Amino acid sequence: METILFLGHTESDGSLPASALEALGAARTLAGATNGSTLVVGLVGGDVRAAADGIAGCGAARFLGVSGQDFRQSRYASDAAAVEALCKAAAATLVIAPGTSRWNRVLPGVARTLRPWIILLDPGCHGPWQGERGAAKLEAVAVDLSEGSMRTTVTGVQAPPADQQTIRPDAEVLFVAGAGWTKTQADGKTHASEAAELILGFLRKSQASLGGSKSLVDLKGEGQAVLPFMTHLNQVGQTGSTPRHPKGLSTCCHGEEPHVVGWRFVNERRAVNLDPNCGWARGKADVLYVADAFEVMRKVNALLGEK
Amino acid sequence: MSTGYQIIVCGSIVPDPLQTLEPVVGPGGPALKNEMMLPAVLDPWAGHALYEAAHLAKNTPGSKVWLVSLGPKAKLQQVMMTVAQKVPFELVALDGPAGGFTDSCEVAAALAEAIQAVPTLDRSRLLVFGGWESASRGAGATLQMVGERLGILDQFQGVDRLTVGNDGWLTILERIEGGKHQVSTCAGPPAVLGWATGHLPEPPNNPQVGMANMRTIMPSLQRAKAVRVGAEGVTFARVSLPSQRRETRVVKDRSADEIAREIVAWMRQ
Repeated sequence: METILFLGHTESDGSLPASALEALGAARTLAGATNGSTLVVGLVGGDVRAAADGIAGCGAARFLGVSGQDFRQSRYASDAAAVEALCKAAAATLVIAPGTSRWNRVLPGVARTLRPWIILLDPGCHGPWQGERGAAKLEAVAVDLSEGSMRTTVTGVQAPPADQQTIRPDAEVLFVAGAGWTKTQADGKTHASEAAELILGFLRKSQASLGGSKSLVDLKGEGQAVLPFMTHLNQVGQTGSTPRHPKGLSTCCHGEEPHVVGWRFVNERRAVNLDPNCGWARGKADVLYVADAFEVMRKVNALLGEK
Repeated sequence: MSTGYQIIVCGSIVPDPLQTLEPVVGPGGPALKNEMMLPAVLDPWAGHALYEAAHLAKNTPGSKVWLVSLGPKAKLQQVMMTVAQKVPFELVALDGPAGGFTDSCEVAAALAEAIQAVPTLDRSRLLVFGGWESASRGAGATLQMVGERLGILDQFQGVDRLTVGNDGWLTILERIEGGKHQVSTCAGPPAVLGWATGHLPEPPNNPQVGMANMRTIMPSLQRAKAVRVGAEGVTFARVSLPSQRRETRVVKDRSADEIAREIVAWMRQ
């Protein structure tokens, strides 16, 4: 008989992130498919009451919560203590949690000390739980933090201004720019500033999320003046991110294997490249347009600007 | 009193990312086809950690960097010929598998044991670095377990920048969702930092550094302890590459206007 603990943490506004509802959906599915199993909810945050009430109808046998100012922060030591207390209070044999940066940081360490099975679920792997709000019977779990648990303090979050944020995890389209944007064009010159203008114009009009190939983001580290808004955070691929978007449009990128690995959760793929034999042509894209991306994106931006 | 940091970087080798990898299932479980024949490189995430460690050590007098590396000894030796030319470090080699089909818990146990055996280890100066993921197995779980085994409660993952204040406090930027960074301060060592890309480019080769490093690398490889790590209690049901093969429609000889209209129509579907 399994005790399946869904483990969530609240956002700064006290809500649960979308990925938590997906993990809850997976935990419910698993509990339903496992005879004699029990679903328990465990929540961590500054105040978990609203989050617990939001999922009161999920069918969990118990709602456990660790709350307080010390648990508002995404900090390894206090999170580890909270998770450990919840696992013990629930007598969990299996833990399912969303693969957020907060849980990815701490749950492997807890697995080492407690050794239940812990599954961190990447966003987009399961449909979210949907149900009615209610009044959850919340059991508070007490955690005593040692002095050594408080050596780290989260002081804030750094993010580009909203109108300059190019990473949009919920966007319909992923737009990938490759190193070709910065290379010498047909007139024998580079046009990095025009490339930047075209790409940012497209992102503004389409609200797409921006990705980059390693070769492009590395150029910046090598001191070359390229696309100033492109950082390693944008990098998609084996040594970058693996974003999930329904559609992806690649431009000036050769579609090498280490980059395309990062596209595995992008369903529909199109590419624009001057090379008809690039990687995209070899079964990695649904459509490859053999064309000059500067010309095409200029036209695309004009069309997107039309009502 | 000694000053500076003792920076221990955990990092091993992976097949060159430009290689196409083919998983196979052998008598000992899953593996990569011709794994020992594939050219290897230092895991890119571990590389970032090593370069950041060297940068910090260079700017903090009295500091020293160790690279604790678990991998097949022969392959380690090949890769170290290149890595040794990048930055100064002392190698602690462990002879064992470096592939993606080992259990993080067992790997962490071997690494933690090697770290604890480093002579003159001083926890009050200790920073454990590594990659937040691995190019062979992106589980991102090993470093946290190393930290737990060493009793280190201040841990950070997806680190892109570390700065040290005049008071010795550490300020750390970690990647979080949506292209943002969480900023934390920590009251100095000991701490575990799993690096993302950091902010430093790959250093150029420096033959002098290479010669100095090789004086300790070769003896370390010769006395590398054989370590048994696997995945006891775990059965891999299936290992396969993501199916990505598509019937690509290659569109040539169309005007930019036509292509743009088709792309916009597709985006609006």
